[in-house]
Amino acid sequence: MRTSTTTATTATTTSSAPILLLITVLVSVFMLAPMLLSIMAGLVNNYSVGLKSGLTLRWLLEVWEVYGNTVGWSLALAVACVIGTLLLGVPCAYALARSRSRSARAFEELLTLPVAVPGLATGLALILAYGQFSAFRQSYAFILVGHIVFTLPYMVRSVAAAFQRDDLHALEEAARTLGASFGQRFLGVLVPAVFPAIVAGSLMVFTLSVGEFNLTWMLQTPLTRTLPVGLADSYASMRLEVGSAYTLVFFIIILPVLWGLQSLARLVQKHHGT
Amino acid sequence: MSHQRWLLPACLAPAALFFLAFWLLPVLRLVALPAGQGWGTYLVVLTNGRYLLSMANTLALSVAVTLLTLVLGSAIGIFLARRTFWGKQLLLSLLTLPLSFPGVIIGFFVILLGGRQGLVADLGAAFGMERITFAYGLLGLFLAYLYFSLPRAIATYAAAAEAMNLQLEEAARSLGASRLQIVRDVWLPELAPTTLACGAILFATSMGAFGTAFTLASKFEVIPITIYNEFTNYANFALAASLSITLGIVTWAVLFVARRFGSDAANVAKR
Repeated sequence: MRTSTTTATTATTTSSAPILLLITVLVSVFMLAPMLLSIMAGLVNNYSVGLKSGLTLRWLLEVWEVYGNTVGWSLALAVACVIGTLLLGVPCAYALARSRSRSARAFEELLTLPVAVPGLATGLALILAYGQFSAFRQSYAFILVGHIVFTLPYMVRSVAAAFQRDDLHALEEAARTLGASFGQRFLGVLVPAVFPAIVAGSLMVFTLSVGEFNLTWMLQTPLTRTLPVGLADSYASMRLEVGSAYTLVFFIIILPVLWGLQSLARLVQKHHGT
Repeated sequence: MSHQRWLLPACLAPAALFFLAFWLLPVLRLVALPAGQGWGTYLVVLTNGRYLLSMANTLALSVAVTLLTLVLGSAIGIFLARRTFWGKQLLLSLLTLPLSFPGVIIGFFVILLGGRQGLVADLGAAFGMERITFAYGLLGLFLAYLYFSLPRAIATYAAAAEAMNLQLEEAARSLGASRLQIVRDVWLPELAPTTLACGAILFATSMGAFGTAFTLASKFEVIPITIYNEFTNYANFALAASLSITLGIVTWAVLFVARRFGSDAANVAKR
């Protein structure tokens, strides 16, 4: 049933595959046109007039004035979220990888629930439980807690899979018989051995945190706004050009940061000897 | 060896406590909330026509988007894996770029395309037709969800199609298999695990997508918007909780079943 959908497209294809080509071209246009359109819209004086109205940076400047601080806060939150998931997630991944008990499996299943359950529900639960602690509620820590709960399973999954390697068991045993304490083994042997997985997990957590909206929209206050929250606000209340310019800010600042981190992660993976 | 006994629990404790305090207990409280207004509150999605419609809308939209995304995604994945052309890597990275976009941006894209000042309206006007706006209805929502889902499917299928065994296909062809047979007997089984896993994730993401629908302020109401309205506009916490629980159960169940079937399929394949 589920797989019958793939037949529908591929059934009529040939080795020269005109249908595959057509689909690829059409989808590419559909995916790329809005990106170009929004970049253009953020740089022209008047969107309905188009390029003829002349190019300007004033929308970008206006965005920077009104929403500039959301960029820094989003990046800071993402970094804090990575640190938080590292501290909580890496030891937890180790414990889950080494324990075969039924309760450990059950805990792992529980831990991944925030991914399956929509962010809206998690946000609702956090507000109902902690909303009355107004100092906490009105700080970025409230959003951070939500982001950590949501991203922790990704870190744990990624790192636990790496901890499960058989040769790592032997390596750990060897270090133990040589008299290394658990701290020494963990930081000196285990963590370096799974470092690529830790980097991959961190990258995933960072990306998810920067773009998170479903949860964050519930958790935000007028004084604690992130980039996606600010974007939604500008789309709802500002003119089209400002919304586009804000989107452009996301492209200019966030995407290069993500690209930089991705190539860093690839570099680590390539040079990591096992 | 004896210290192992407290070592693993100690490693687990920080994450477990954090999870307990900031997810499990708050969510359990959320789950208990509708009981205060009578047990029937849990079933409100079935008993109230408005919520039932909203849920049916969301399910239908998510299924339709998932199916079309799987078809288009697999076609593009196979195309990109089989062809080499200049700029292929660039195209693939541009097509998967929206993976890092928040849903709100994608809602805005659809407004730029089909909103009141959108591209399609302008084109229509330029050709002397009326200004067509589709952003705020079902079509706009459908296109936005499609845009949101496609990069994930393309990335997954491109990797899976790259790993497909070409020899199997060659063998089938030299034995006189028709294209239809190759698709059915070679491609389909090979891509089935990918399709199952990817389809489940696409469906779950579509069910819970809030940012996209929120930006479009769609006339076509989906369940996340209903929940949000109950919570913020009517302060009806118990109802919002009940609908959230229903939505959570549906998405979790789909992911869970897909994972079970997926590992069964993998086990069968190993044998």
